[in-house]
Amino acid sequence: MKPAKFSYVRADGLAQVLELLRQNGAEAQILAGGQSLLPALNMRLAQPKLLIDINRLEALKGISFEAGQVRIGALARHVEVAASPIVCQHLPLIAQAVAHVAHLAVRNRGTFGGSIALADPAAELPACALALDARFVVASSDGRREITAADFFKGVQATARRSDELLIETLIPVRQGRTPVFLELARRHGDFAIAGLAFQLLLEHGVLADGRLVYFASEDRPTLALRTLAAIRGQRLGPATAEAAVAALAEDLAPIDNAQASAKMRLHLQSVLTRRALAEARARSTEPTRRP
Amino acid sequence: MSEETMPISLTVNGESVSRSVPVRQHLVDFLRTELGLTGTHLGCEHGSCGACSLRVDSLLVRGCLMLAVQTDGGEVVTIEGLDATGEIADLQAAFVERNALQCGFCTPGMLMAAAELVRAGGRKTRAEIRTHLAGNFCRCTGYHAIVDAIAATLDRRANGGSNRV
Repeated sequence: MKPAKFSYVRADGLAQVLELLRQNGAEAQILAGGQSLLPALNMRLAQPKLLIDINRLEALKGISFEAGQVRIGALARHVEVAASPIVCQHLPLIAQAVAHVAHLAVRNRGTFGGSIALADPAAELPACALALDARFVVASSDGRREITAADFFKGVQATARRSDELLIETLIPVRQGRTPVFLELARRHGDFAIAGLAFQLLLEHGVLADGRLVYFASEDRPTLALRTLAAIRGQRLGPATAEAAVAALAEDLAPIDNAQASAKMRLHLQSVLTRRALAEARARSTEPTRRP
Repeated sequence: MSEETMPISLTVNGESVSRSVPVRQHLVDFLRTELGLTGTHLGCEHGSCGACSLRVDSLLVRGCLMLAVQTDGGEVVTIEGLDATGEIADLQAAFVERNALQCGFCTPGMLMAAAELVRAGGRKTRAEIRTHLAGNFCRCTGYHAIVDAIAATLDRRANGGSNRV
């Protein structure tokens, strides 16, 4: 239960990190919050030759709002995201979700960028990023590029980021008048979710005009439920709409089947959450002044 | 590959410490084996059990999920330090009074975690206390008395009581 030997570099500049990634590629691992990497190192599931500690890179820190979008630096820690007035005002979906991330001691260290870059299927923030149509900025010694959340998540802990690239920040467009709903089921508070959803809904007088319905923890990656949305778009929210959504859900989801929960159970739990989420959205749309 | 080491200087429980440490050594092993501070316990060693909870730069963290080299220039407070300052003397007394420990292995981590609630101030419901403690395992399953002790301490402080016993 001790890490295998590795070399360690405490980076003090972005160019240095990108050069080390260029030279070492997949043999190097980035140490940000370390709340997933350290368990993997301790259990020797990960045995990198080089650990690049980016915790002192000021350029990767902070949360800001400019020109209609929120920028969340890769090193923003979960506690900072949860306490950020910008996130609470402009990205209430994330404010709801981050409370579900692990435990206080883990949220004090774990980072927004780490959660995105690791892409655990049960993680809350990748699902929110997809629901919010986020873009991720990655950099290598060749330059920078942006990857949309829809293109980024490729499977269990697999993403479109190349091994010579570093996740720099997440950019999230702010859209007014959306109703966010975030729900998840875990065996204990802070455990890995076995089912979860992140909805960003556009409601007009109780009618679902549009939205993004994202499910997580049941698939190998956060999944946008387009057929489910098509089945209920334009309808007034109510019990019948919820049943129409649940009926369509199996067309969007093909849940993973493992010791934690069977595929059938996960589909059932996502149906339960869907009913709860649409009921919550409906309740909130009839009380327009109440903020979540 | 030979064992790579790195010099670090930090403050542990208010005292300056300088050592050369293996870069792969996590913080708890450093505290226990190098400094002899065995109050911080190692349970699961992968961040699930909370037995190694301590403070780094005044934030509660898992000691097994940080490398010792990462605390260079930082400030570490372990259960020994928290005990010495008397910050949670009333909480500790409440644990004794309520019999909030059986084998005692989880107790330092429980106290470190509970100290965050005490520090935040205000009363908490039992459900809120349990949610806060969800990251700390007691394998004797003596949670009820632990929640009792924390709730009693929060109530006493909210009524103007001090940490002194």
